[in-house]
Amino acid sequence: MRTEPRVDFSPQETQRYSRNALLAQVGWEGQARWHASRVLVVGAGGIGSAALLYLAAAGVGRLGLVDGDAVELSNLQRQILHRTADLGRRKVESAAGSLTGLNPYCQVQTFDLRLNPANVGEVVQGFELVLDASDNFPTRFLVAACCWQYKIPLVSAAATGWHGQLLVAAPGAENPCYRCLVPEMPPAAAVPASTQVGILGAVAGAMGCLQAVEALKLLLGLESDLNRRLLAYDGLQGRFQSLARVKRPDCPLCGPGK
Amino acid sequence: MKLTINGEPREVAAGTVWSLLEELGLHPQGTIVERNREIVDRQAYRETHLSQGDVLELVRLVGGG
Ligand SMILES: [Zn+2]
Repeated sequence: MRTEPRVDFSPQETQRYSRNALLAQVGWEGQARWHASRVLVVGAGGIGSAALLYLAAAGVGRLGLVDGDAVELSNLQRQILHRTADLGRRKVESAAGSLTGLNPYCQVQTFDLRLNPANVGEVVQGFELVLDASDNFPTRFLVAACCWQYKIPLVSAAATGWHGQLLVAAPGAENPCYRCLVPEMPPAAAVPASTQVGILGAVAGAMGCLQAVEALKLLLGLESDLNRRLLAYDGLQGRFQSLARVKRPDCPLCGPGK
Repeated sequence: MKLTINGEPREVAAGTVWSLLEELGLHPQGTIVERNREIVDRQAYRETHLSQGDVLELVRLVGGG
């Protein structure tokens, strides 16, 4: 790792990122890698807010942002990208303003839409890493399938109530995918939504922060245990669980013949 | 039967993963079960018998954001 600032960072950037560069695994080479990277975040909600803020702050050069909603009052207890003054604005616009306000060296590309089978490929292609911070299983299945098909690493984070979970689905025949863990769409009764059972903002934020950590590591080519594990957080108990994931032999997404 | 569930010692009546989830009021399609450090296939919850001393980690599947 190079220890001197690179000539292509301005003095302001050199100061801004000095604490990143001091990390032995990052350095100025790693900072340049982050600056050159293109990361897509699906959902600018509770998880996406935290993940996006930390990715922008760290100096990820290009952030793509997908969300088809407008900012509502009930969002503001957890979606910290948006302010009271942003009520009614498109979430992607509000989010882009917050992110470039935090770090003007970060370029934000917005997709004011809901992902569907017809548009997901076009949105995802062009990014080297995808963070799923969406709020529903159909979108999660869609994003997982598209990332697997295009061999794009996926960091998937989810939260409801006091509970959160996180995993990495890295391309590669030997790695388990998202559907190895969740083979079928769970019925609504089994996975109540935050509109029914609530969600603690700080739990969603914690998962978004952990998701950003994994994303920044992946961009540097650092290994993660979460390729083969599921990290679960129970905020009520104050307890993390780490479960070994296995490749499902009959996985509907990555199984034989798929 | 004495089990360890999410780090806590528990006495349960259930003999299978399926009946354990019923006993605890957890939805089988919304719960990921690790038994003795291996995730149990969701389709095998009914046939997976529990033994005295098993260590279980139960994770509620979530999809919100
Ligand atoms: Zn799979």
